Amino acid sequence: MFDWLQHITNWLVYDVMSLSKGEHLSEALNFFIYDAIKILILLFVVIFFMGIVNSYFPIDKVKNYLSRNKLYGLEYLMASLFGIVIPFCSCSSVPLFIGFVRGGIPLGVTLAFLITSPLVNEVAIGLFIGLFGLKTTVIYVVSGVLLGTISGIILQQLKLESYLTPWVQKVLANAQKEQDTFIAEKQTISKRLPAIWKEVKSIIKGIIPYLLVGIAVGGLMHGYIPEGFFENYMGKDNLFAVPMATILAVPMYTNASGILPVVQVLIDKGIPLGTAIAFMMGVVGLSLPEAMLLKKVMTFRLIAIFFGVVTICIMISGYMFNLIL
Amino acid sequence: MPKTIKILGTGCSKCQSMMKVVTDVVTQYHVDATIEKVEDMMKIMEFNVLVTPALVIDDIITIKGRVPSKEEVLALLNT
Repeated sequence: MFDWLQHITNWLVYDVMSLSKGEHLSEALNFFIYDAIKILILLFVVIFFMGIVNSYFPIDKVKNYLSRNKLYGLEYLMASLFGIVIPFCSCSSVPLFIGFVRGGIPLGVTLAFLITSPLVNEVAIGLFIGLFGLKTTVIYVVSGVLLGTISGIILQQLKLESYLTPWVQKVLANAQKEQDTFIAEKQTISKRLPAIWKEVKSIIKGIIPYLLVGIAVGGLMHGYIPEGFFENYMGKDNLFAVPMATILAVPMYTNASGILPVVQVLIDKGIPLGTAIAFMMGVVGLSLPEAMLLKKVMTFRLIAIFFGVVTICIMISGYMFNLIL
Repeated sequence: MPKTIKILGTGCSKCQSMMKVVTDVVTQYHVDATIEKVEDMMKIMEFNVLVTPALVIDDIITIKGRVPSKEEVLALLNT
């Protein structure tokens, strides 16, 4: 799909800049230019597409759907799937949480949504296609959705409602099955597109510094670290690699778009995909800033249980990837 | 009668952009309105919005979850 871009990059690096093939610097530069352009193109496409879907399918509709319909256990999966299309800004997590609780949606279902939404979002998908190809992206998306679903079901079984902060419990007691009717913004597609496009640009603008630094570091590592370098330390037989990678990843967040290009190189140089995916899920899915925000609605104990269950599920999926792939 | 504009948001970058767009429109077109930034989570909850930022004009939620353009805000203020 991107052969043409590789040709252009080759031409630019080897002919225009007349660097010779096979040297560290030229390989690193080639990698940087090719990756940066490819990922940016994919990010534009994916974020734009998701923007259109989201414009017609806003969060209020999702809430009403989950609140009104009896889904016989499928609500966890649905909430998780909705999490993909609904963009998620961590500063919205509290109003979102309360809105769901108020609509009478079970805690586990709400959490399923909250887990999947940051994990499988437009930026992650765009980066994944660009860095790892379609097949790995599909695996990542499917496992992200399953992770949200299963964690949601487990958390619901634990009956954690009493660990919500008191004012949220009050909201919970007054929860009703859908009181407000949602009035959709009636706009033609030509009126929506400029707003969506603006949104795409602002998202990309926000991540581009991280992305470029990430790809640059990745490019250097690509050129300078020998093949199979990490195999000895973090190979599949090292049972501690997955938990270590996950625990290291949970507190990190803002540099998600910067970290993925680095991880791609780590995989190239011998780190198993499952370990790497566990790491990425930890980075993207759970973060300290998110925990701080959730403190408004959850007691420390609930946050700890929530993060604990998700972390364990991430580790399990990491091991599973290493077994299957 | 002056309009009451409320901007609901806890202070993320989108909320600040919305604040800026709205203030710009109000000063630029001399709209008779008061602007209030609502940052208290409890107060935001009362409006029953799921995503911030949200633009509330005379207690009606007009825009949620995104930053509007100046033209859009002007149109909303003129109705």
